[in-house]
Amino acid sequence: MIRHLAGKVGGALVSLLFVVALGFLLFRVIPGDPVVAMTRGRPVTGDQLAELRARLGVDKPLTEQFADYLAAAVRGDFGTSYVYSRPVLELIGERLWPTVLLTGTSTVLAVVIGLWLGIRGAWRRGSRSDRISTGLALAQWAMPTFWLGMLLSLATGDLFPSGGMRYPDTPSDFVSQAVDVAHHMVLPCLTMIAVVYAQYLLVMRSSLLEEMHADYLTTARAKGLRDDLVRRRHAVPNALLPTVTLVFLHLGLVVSGAITVETVFSWPGLGLLTYEALTGPDLPLLQGTFVVLAGAVIAMNVVADLLYRVLDPRVRAS
Amino acid sequence: MTAIAWQRRRAAARATWREFASQRGGLVGLIGLAVITVLAVLAPLVTDASGLDVTRVTARPWEPPSASHWLGTDHNGRSVLLLTWWGTRISLVVGLAATVLSVLIGTVVGIAAAHFGGWVSAVLMRFTDFFLVLPSLVLAIALSTVLPRGLGTIVLAIGVTSWPATARLVRAQTLAVEARPFIERARALGGGHGHVIGRHVLPAVLPLVFVNTTLTVASAIVAESTLSFLGLGDPTRVSWGSLLHAANMHGAVSQRAWWFLVPPGLGVVCVVLAFTLCGRALETVLNPRLKGER
Repeated sequence: MIRHLAGKVGGALVSLLFVVALGFLLFRVIPGDPVVAMTRGRPVTGDQLAELRARLGVDKPLTEQFADYLAAAVRGDFGTSYVYSRPVLELIGERLWPTVLLTGTSTVLAVVIGLWLGIRGAWRRGSRSDRISTGLALAQWAMPTFWLGMLLSLATGDLFPSGGMRYPDTPSDFVSQAVDVAHHMVLPCLTMIAVVYAQYLLVMRSSLLEEMHADYLTTARAKGLRDDLVRRRHAVPNALLPTVTLVFLHLGLVVSGAITVETVFSWPGLGLLTYEALTGPDLPLLQGTFVVLAGAVIAMNVVADLLYRVLDPRVRAS
Repeated sequence: MTAIAWQRRRAAARATWREFASQRGGLVGLIGLAVITVLAVLAPLVTDASGLDVTRVTARPWEPPSASHWLGTDHNGRSVLLLTWWGTRISLVVGLAATVLSVLIGTVVGIAAAHFGGWVSAVLMRFTDFFLVLPSLVLAIALSTVLPRGLGTIVLAIGVTSWPATARLVRAQTLAVEARPFIERARALGGGHGHVIGRHVLPAVLPLVFVNTTLTVASAIVAESTLSFLGLGDPTRVSWGSLLHAANMHGAVSQRAWWFLVPPGLGVVCVVLAFTLCGRALETVLNPRLKGER
């Protein structure tokens, strides 16, 4: 177990190093001269360009730049944002919690709704409710997240705030602040749930369908167990296992959802920060959000793998 | 190749088609795709492209649907119906081109990893797993920000971020095929890598790749609309994503201009749904385990 854990964490650390290196390749090597990209469309003199180059350290050879970059990244220093003129990591730290709040709430709700509907659909396969919920899930899966968000915002009118996280004039006590944030969170949360739950529904449904003909279910029925007990105690726990892995594997989907939903609703999280960085383009900031978002998904995958071992005795034994 | 082999292939194709046609969902998807493709091809012949030019508009901005403009006008006074119609072309072309790139990379990596084994396989699979975990939209955003704006960039950004799933699938299928005795026979008779891959592995893997392609197109079209929505598309061309970007930037929601928001998004949904339905039907035909399950 310890060896396995060490192997997984080691693998994740290598992946993380890859991400950091990819960040260098993407934002320092491919753009050619980042200074030209930064000042695109603005009048600048040759002296200003040289000064900027020296300040960013891009006048040194690439290998030396990479060494400097790696050393800084290990210290948690991702440079300074062009637009905000503040350290990138500080900006990311400020925007982290709104994103965790939004994605956490909507993922939990989406998992609960998706699994419940998926189980129901598979158990009564081919029934009208199964056909409707599967069809709806497919349709929702086909929808671009941001479009659904805009439609919801259009349809609800003035019922919910159209953007931001809180009104500036809300009293500062905890309860009114919490109510205000919750009020602002309704639409972004609904949008994210609507797009993500479909994935969980389809996965859970097909995973339970795979189990439907298993012999142990016939045995359970032959013992005289009631139908819902067969489902709850025997079929669902086994079907849940592959679903757990897939829930975590689809976290990349949650991250992309967060970027577009936060852009539509001006939710002040990492997704909106990414959008602000790409419109700049604010390359150090985009590099920072790239490394943090990719790193978060890698870390969650390690968690998924460990969770899987805890949940499935067969994997533990081998 | 002998005539008998071709006869057998034609018979197999006919049987596949019969089974595909017996599924209502797949047929609906196929008809939908045909209609959309014909509309996209006909756009320059049936409509007047000068209506896309902001400097030559005659209507007022934000006009609701009426007899002269069936779907109203946008913030510049251009007809939304015309814009959505032309947007089909870019969305389809980008979606298909990105899919070709993605499936090509995925197939080459998958077959190479399974066929050569050893350290080649170890390195390629480590690489694939790394890209599989990486959130693809984040990588695609990074790529299209640092490269010059244009259709090529979008195709590249989507193509190089969406291949890992294909690679894994192709690798699994190649391993299954290469374990069979006829491959050993081909090798014993002196068949080289090129012969084994070209004559035996590829024909066995291609049906699966084809199914996977139809499903990849769907996600590539969503990816295109997402990148264009974020303002990373080709600024000189109209696509469904760029229309929604314009709608968001110019406050279509606060203008209550539903006629500008609904059509481009509905376009994405229809195309994606059509490709998904076709893909699922094909999957059922080619994967006997799924028969009667869906």
